[in-house]
Amino acid sequence: MNYAFDFTPVIQGFPELLAGCAGTLGLAAGGMALAIVIGICGVMLRRSRIALLRWPVIALVELIRNTPFLVQIYFIFFALPFIGIRLNPTVTALIALGINGGAYAIEIIRGGVESIHKGQVDAGLALGLRRKQVFWLVVLIPALRAVYPSLTSQFILLTLTTSIASAISAYELTSVAGIIESNSFRSFEVYGTVTILYLGMSSLLMLAFQRISARYLAYPTR
Amino acid sequence: MGEPQFQFLLRGFGWTLALSAMAFALGIVAGLAVALARTSHSRLLARLAAGYIALFQGTPLLMQLFVVYYGLALAGLALEAWQAVAVGFTLYASAFLGEIWRGSIEAVPHGQTDAGHALGLHYLPLMKDVVLPQALRISLPATVGFLVQLLKGTSLAAIVGFTELTRAGSIIANQIFEPLLVFGIVGCFYFAICWPLSLYSARLEQRLAVSSR
Repeated sequence: MNYAFDFTPVIQGFPELLAGCAGTLGLAAGGMALAIVIGICGVMLRRSRIALLRWPVIALVELIRNTPFLVQIYFIFFALPFIGIRLNPTVTALIALGINGGAYAIEIIRGGVESIHKGQVDAGLALGLRRKQVFWLVVLIPALRAVYPSLTSQFILLTLTTSIASAISAYELTSVAGIIESNSFRSFEVYGTVTILYLGMSSLLMLAFQRISARYLAYPTR
Repeated sequence: MGEPQFQFLLRGFGWTLALSAMAFALGIVAGLAVALARTSHSRLLARLAAGYIALFQGTPLLMQLFVVYYGLALAGLALEAWQAVAVGFTLYASAFLGEIWRGSIEAVPHGQTDAGHALGLHYLPLMKDVVLPQALRISLPATVGFLVQLLKGTSLAAIVGFTELTRAGSIIANQIFEPLLVFGIVGCFYFAICWPLSLYSARLEQRLAVSSR
C-alpha cells in the first residue's frame, strides 16, 4: 500500500463537520419526538374498538417496517410536492424519520401496553379514575417505563438512520461529509473520520439514555 | 411505465436478492466466527469481538459501506462495485449475526456445557453437537428478523452507485417523471419479500415461546 493519507481537508472542514453533527442530533431528536407522539397516538388507535381506526395503523406499521427507509424518504420527498406541500429537504427528512420511527414505536409501545395486567385497569377504575386517567396513568406510563430499553435502542438506530437523509440532501453530517469529500477527493479520510463521529454520538446517546434510566426509572415496578 | 422499464426494475430486484443472499451466506460464516470469539474464554478474543460488534452497531450502515468501498480501493484491490458492497454488507451482517448468536449461545443452559465437559468432549465437538444446535433454535426468529433488515439495508448500495432495486427505481423515475408510481412499485417489491419473512419470524418466535414454557 503506497497511499499517502492526507487529513488536511478533514481538519480544515472540522467546524463544518461539527455543525453537521449538530444537524444530525437535531434531526434525530426531532425524529424521536415525532416518533413518540405517533407511537402513542398509533397505539390508542390500534387498540380502538372500531376496526376502521385499527386497520390503517396496522397497515402503516407493516408497510413501514417492511420497506427500506431510503425508498420511504424518496417517496415522501416526491409525494409532498404532489399534494401541494413544498418543504425544504431537512424538514422532509424529519417527517420521514418521524413516520419511520413512529411505526417501530407503535409496535414497541403496544408490546408494553399489552404487558400491563388487566387487573391494574380494573383497580384504577375501582379507585374512581376516569378512563382517560386510567389509560394515561395506569397503562401508558408504566408501559413506557417497561419498554424504555427497546424504545431507546430503537432511537439510537433512528439516529444512525439519519445518515440516509443525505440522499435528499437534508442538512446533517453525511451531507456535510459528502461536500467536503467531493471538494477534496479524500474519501477514505473523510468518511473514516465521520464514522468515528457517528460512533461517538451513538455512544453518547446510549450513555445519556442509561443515565436517564438510572436517575428517573430506578425504582421497582412490580 | 412500459415493459422495458418494468424489466429493468425486475433486474434490479434480482440484484437486491442476489446481494442479500450473498451477504447473508457469507455473513453466517463470518458471524459464527464472531459469535464464537465473543463467547470464548480468551479475554482478548472476546474483547476484540465485542469491539467489532460495537463498531458496526454504533455507526450507520451507509458509512460502513463508504469506508469499505474506498478502503478496499486504497488497499489496492481493484474490485467492481458489486464486490465492494458485498464485502461491506458481509461485514455488517457478521457483526449483527455474531451478536444475535452470542445471545443464543449464552441462553443455552450452562448444565449442557457442564454435561459435555463431563463426557470428555473437547471444544469443537461440544460446540458443534451440543451448544450450537440448541442455540440455533433459539436464534432463529432473530436471525430471520435480521435477514429482513439486511434486505432493506441493501437499498443503500444505491447511494454508493450500485444498480440494485432502489437505484433502478431512481433511474426509471428520472426517465419517465413518475416518481410516486415507480417508488410505489419499488416499495411493493421490497414488501413482497420482507413481509412474509417478518411474519415467519414472528411465528417462529411464538412457537419458541410456547415450547419453552
